[in-house]
Amino acid sequence: MDPGQQDRLADLRLRIARLEGGSSKVCPLPFGVAAIDSHLPGNGLARGALHEMVEAGLAAEFAGCATLFTAGIAARLKGPVLWCLTRRDLFAPGLLRAGLHPDRVIYAEAARDRDILPLIEEGLKEKGLAVVIGEVTRMGLTASRRLQLAAESSGVPALVIRRWWTVAEKDLVHLPTAAVTRWRIAPAPSEPMPAPGLGRERWQIELLRCRSAEPRTWIVEACDAKGRLALPADLADRPDQAANRRATAR
Amino acid sequence: MAAQALGLHTGMALAQAQALVPNLHVTNATPEEDEASLRELARWAIGYSPVVAPDPPDGLWIDIAGVAHLFGSEEALLQDLTDRLTRQGIAAKAAVADAPGAAWAVARFGPGGIVPTGRMVDAVATLPLASLRLAADKLGALHRLGIERVGQLAAMPRAPLVRRFGRDVALRLDQAMGHVFEPISPLIPQETPMATRVFAEPIGRLEDLKRVVLHLAQDLCRQLERRSEGVRRLDLVVQRVDQRGASLRIGTARANRDAAHLARLFDERLQTIDPGFGIEEIVLIASRVEPLTETQTEARVLAGESEVEADMGRLVDRLGARVGAGQVYRLAPVPSLVPERMARRIPALAPPTGSVWPENLPRPTRLLDPPEPVVATALLPDHPPRFFVWRKIRHMVARADGPERITPEWWNGDSGSTPRDYYRLETEQGGRFWIFRDAPADQGGRWWMHGFFA
Repeated sequence: MDPGQQDRLADLRLRIARLEGGSSKVCPLPFGVAAIDSHLPGNGLARGALHEMVEAGLAAEFAGCATLFTAGIAARLKGPVLWCLTRRDLFAPGLLRAGLHPDRVIYAEAARDRDILPLIEEGLKEKGLAVVIGEVTRMGLTASRRLQLAAESSGVPALVIRRWWTVAEKDLVHLPTAAVTRWRIAPAPSEPMPAPGLGRERWQIELLRCRSAEPRTWIVEACDAKGRLALPADLADRPDQAANRRATAR
Repeated sequence: MAAQALGLHTGMALAQAQALVPNLHVTNATPEEDEASLRELARWAIGYSPVVAPDPPDGLWIDIAGVAHLFGSEEALLQDLTDRLTRQGIAAKAAVADAPGAAWAVARFGPGGIVPTGRMVDAVATLPLASLRLAADKLGALHRLGIERVGQLAAMPRAPLVRRFGRDVALRLDQAMGHVFEPISPLIPQETPMATRVFAEPIGRLEDLKRVVLHLAQDLCRQLERRSEGVRRLDLVVQRVDQRGASLRIGTARANRDAAHLARLFDERLQTIDPGFGIEEIVLIASRVEPLTETQTEARVLAGESEVEADMGRLVDRLGARVGAGQVYRLAPVPSLVPERMARRIPALAPPTGSVWPENLPRPTRLLDPPEPVVATALLPDHPPRFFVWRKIRHMVARADGPERITPEWWNGDSGSTPRDYYRLETEQGGRFWIFRDAPADQGGRWWMHGFFA
């Protein structure tokens, strides 16, 4: 590639960035795990953007891992959190394990699933919030675009946990949305302990979709009491298996 | 009543009355004061029903639809009302009927009491014509025809009646018989801040409604500013051209005086109002206010403090206007170890509790309520299961932790339940579950799935 072409490419990138709007203005939120952060554009989760969390595994409809993963992201931010939900299966003492203090979370409960999206949008207009978390079953392209635009204009990140209760609803989760990233979190077997008992749990987190980054998979240790993830010590120096994992994920 | 017993009646010449009763005490009539005290009485009667209207010179409308059950029955309500009035030294007669006109007639010219549903025509028929609230000249003309009772008038052919005496005679007759709807314009206590707008040309478009609500909110907020008050509850009453009304009510989490914000709270719900043929009057009433002092915004900006706190109030209001104020909440820890009882709802803007649950307790992020039965097999009693079947799927347990015994809290009223032994299980796939046995194994305890860890 000759220098002239490179200049033109750089110019185009700049123009595209300008068209895409101000998500690059605020600093993104890093996970604190170098392997994940270096893979993401801007070294972290974009703040004024919509992110989707999907749970995989045998009890996936309860989204146990995705909930703690999301709560961990919220715990690492400062300020109040709005949590929009329809079902009352969330167990608040469990969120404390990720460091999310109950005084920080305001819950908004809607009776029907379609009332959730307006609540999330209402929350995204409020600049004082750290993050808006929503539990959503149906989210089409238009609805997600609305949320994405609301998040862009206020700079508040929107984290959406996709929930489902029937097989038909589960298929809806895989339809395309306007979210900037889509994550899939599944439980992974934890490291055996020398004595009977349970160690720190492990997740397999997959970046399924991300603007300007390749899909990729990591195995991490779950959130600690401050909401931080960590790379397992025995896996940190393992050869990269992202390529064949992606093949199985498809 | 005492005066009537002495032979005095309204319209009598003063000299004649004094001749009849030698030491008669005479005072000048003061209609303004009478009306003021009637309004005072109407305000007192708001304790019975929110829809109360004074009916000068000597009457009071109370709309008791949907209120009577608070007093037991309509009879009890009526008894309570007359008793209280008598104790205040007011001689009163009351009647309950399906239509205001019938109640008016029965209270003044009939026996009072309750007119059974659907029996209004019979109740009114034997009353004198004066019970129809007719003008004096119409009454005189009817008397000259020999019509003395309501029943006689009702039996007359309708078309000649209207042609001869005008439409209002027929209207009053219909009102007394309950054939037409008669609106009661409720009394609103004077000190309540309110803003009204009456339209020469009825409006019906949603954009117009929104604009009017914003203007009204600005009016209201100016009034409130003079009184150093803020709104906690706001009622929007809409009067349609056909005299039907509609009303919306919103609440705010804390006293507020921001017109744009208050108007926005109505935005979502304005579309539920059916304008019909048009709306001719909109009233915005601050039905509950609280003192709200001025805040010095400049000082706060200079001090560099964020306005996060104020913004939360606004956000909570907006969310509450969408889903109901009770559905926006925070969860506060309860000092209890029974999972179902560990959190209680507190208002979203309650001051921070500062307390948390014990941090070293492993608790799931999702709870199954109620717990679901599980078939589990343990190698030894009081050991964690080796495998379990839940929702028709068999899970092999790789690692486990437990038991953690949670005893029932008899001081909280669960004396009948048994202690639970909770285990944290990790399956071979890595999924973590929280299951419990509701009694020790030797007492035949069964297994239940209760929660999901991350």
